[in-house]
Amino acid sequence: MKSRTIITVLGKDQKGIIAKVCTYLSDNGINILDINQTIVNGFFNMMMIVDMKDVEKDFSVINSELDELGKSIGVKVEAQREDIFDMMHRI
Amino acid sequence: MINFKEVQETNDMIQKENLDVRTITLGISLLDCISDDINRLNEKIYDKITKKAEKLVATGNEIGKEFGIPIVNKRISITPAALIGASAAKSPEDFVAIAKTLDRAAKQVGVNFLGGFSALVSKGMTTSDKLLMQSIPQALAETDFVCSSINLGSTKTGINMDAVRLMGDIVHQTAEATKDRDSIGCAKLVVFCNAPDDNPFMAGAFHGVTESDAIINVGVSGPGVVHEALKKTRGKSFEYLCETIKKTAFKITRVGQLVAREASRRLDVPFGIVDLSLAPTPAIGDSVADVLHEIGVEHPGAPGTTAALALLNDQVKKGGIMASSYVGGLSGAFIPVSEDQGMIDAVEAGALTIEKLEAMTCVCSVGLDMIAIPGDTKPTTIAGIIADEMAIGMINAKTTAVRLIPVIGKSVGEDVEFGGLLGRAPVMPVNSFACDEFVNRGGRIPAPVHSFKN
Repeated sequence: MKSRTIITVLGKDQKGIIAKVCTYLSDNGINILDINQTIVNGFFNMMMIVDMKDVEKDFSVINSELDELGKSIGVKVEAQREDIFDMMHRI
Repeated sequence: MINFKEVQETNDMIQKENLDVRTITLGISLLDCISDDINRLNEKIYDKITKKAEKLVATGNEIGKEFGIPIVNKRISITPAALIGASAAKSPEDFVAIAKTLDRAAKQVGVNFLGGFSALVSKGMTTSDKLLMQSIPQALAETDFVCSSINLGSTKTGINMDAVRLMGDIVHQTAEATKDRDSIGCAKLVVFCNAPDDNPFMAGAFHGVTESDAIINVGVSGPGVVHEALKKTRGKSFEYLCETIKKTAFKITRVGQLVAREASRRLDVPFGIVDLSLAPTPAIGDSVADVLHEIGVEHPGAPGTTAALALLNDQVKKGGIMASSYVGGLSGAFIPVSEDQGMIDAVEAGALTIEKLEAMTCVCSVGLDMIAIPGDTKPTTIAGIIADEMAIGMINAKTTAVRLIPVIGKSVGEDVEFGGLLGRAPVMPVNSFACDEFVNRGGRIPAPVHSFKN
């Protein structure tokens, strides 16, 4: 399985969303490869492609910590392994 | 690299259109549990299932979380119990004891169904097969998670009409045995013609004797995703319609392939097949009827429905076959009534009858499924309906099945609520003309000729 992971952040726009998410990623040794972010009608929508090869924590731990972080900011943060998108969209 | 649009498309399928992995089913061979002592047999069955499936549920949940896709059910299928119990079980009660052991094992490992309380009797019945069949009413009434299936015929062997006749009685007795719960026992009982060995879906899953010791089969579903995709094809030609179904089926199956591969790796159990079945649930937007409506019929049952279903079933298979080298099971479109709100609406609108459903089963992936009928329907009539459905399977070399629920104490016009995934069903009228003399003849219907196809 590849170490690349997609992180999506969805919710009402406010100051500091990217800062908080990126701080968490950096603290946990997660490297950001690509970021795409838009705001539609005040709704914040971000997708990141990250590399988790140097991460020590379990994927499930990262996932639940991101979920907690999202709740504290008031947005939905989700991490999914890139394989599901690769399988579906690439032959 | 994956782009934003692709991520959004996948996540919309999961979050808005009910795409899910319907089941990871662990097939377990129980052939090495065979013993001539019933207690020893039960002990060995319990130990083997609880050991092999120990990590199934946790692993399924873990994969679901990592990929962000719900894996709704984790299930087990076993070698047909009539084979396993043959040397130990001397009475139907012994088979009830085996069913209870299976139920206990299923509960211990946390799966929500276990299939394989089964007998394969397409040509003849052994003593053990008969005992198992006689035990079904009590076994299904006294267990929660055990599912039973009987293969009554095949294209190669013909139809075992003695077994068909017997199953007419058994379905009726099973309904009686669970009449305090709207005859729900019958929802866990299905009869087949040409049953596949590697079907991950219930109630008909069993682990064929040609399979290896343990195997992972995965069932993916997504009628909501197909429905959503087809909204963009309104007014366009069949070519465009079929392309869209194929592309969507491809995407869905790829997810199944990924989950199957991961489950296989993490559980250290070989990967068997991916079954892509458009399997509806009572949830709004998770309906095969809605897909048929989107293809262009007002309600399922309207003229054109059989053709619409035929093309849907075929394109789903074509898309799936491209996505995984090991597509198997029952892949196609299921048309259960109680589990699909659109089908229920069609019945209530007067558009859909059992006779039209029977025609639709000629081209759908399985057969007459989850249909509530009046509780006073004669066992011979149930046997007649089963025989008709078996004949469709035998002649057309396809899998067909019957899962009828004669709801004791209820008649046409009334409703029955099964709850959960099993849904709600209006009691449908059955043709009341008799077929007793036909089903009481005894013996077999011979296998059909395999040339002169017309």
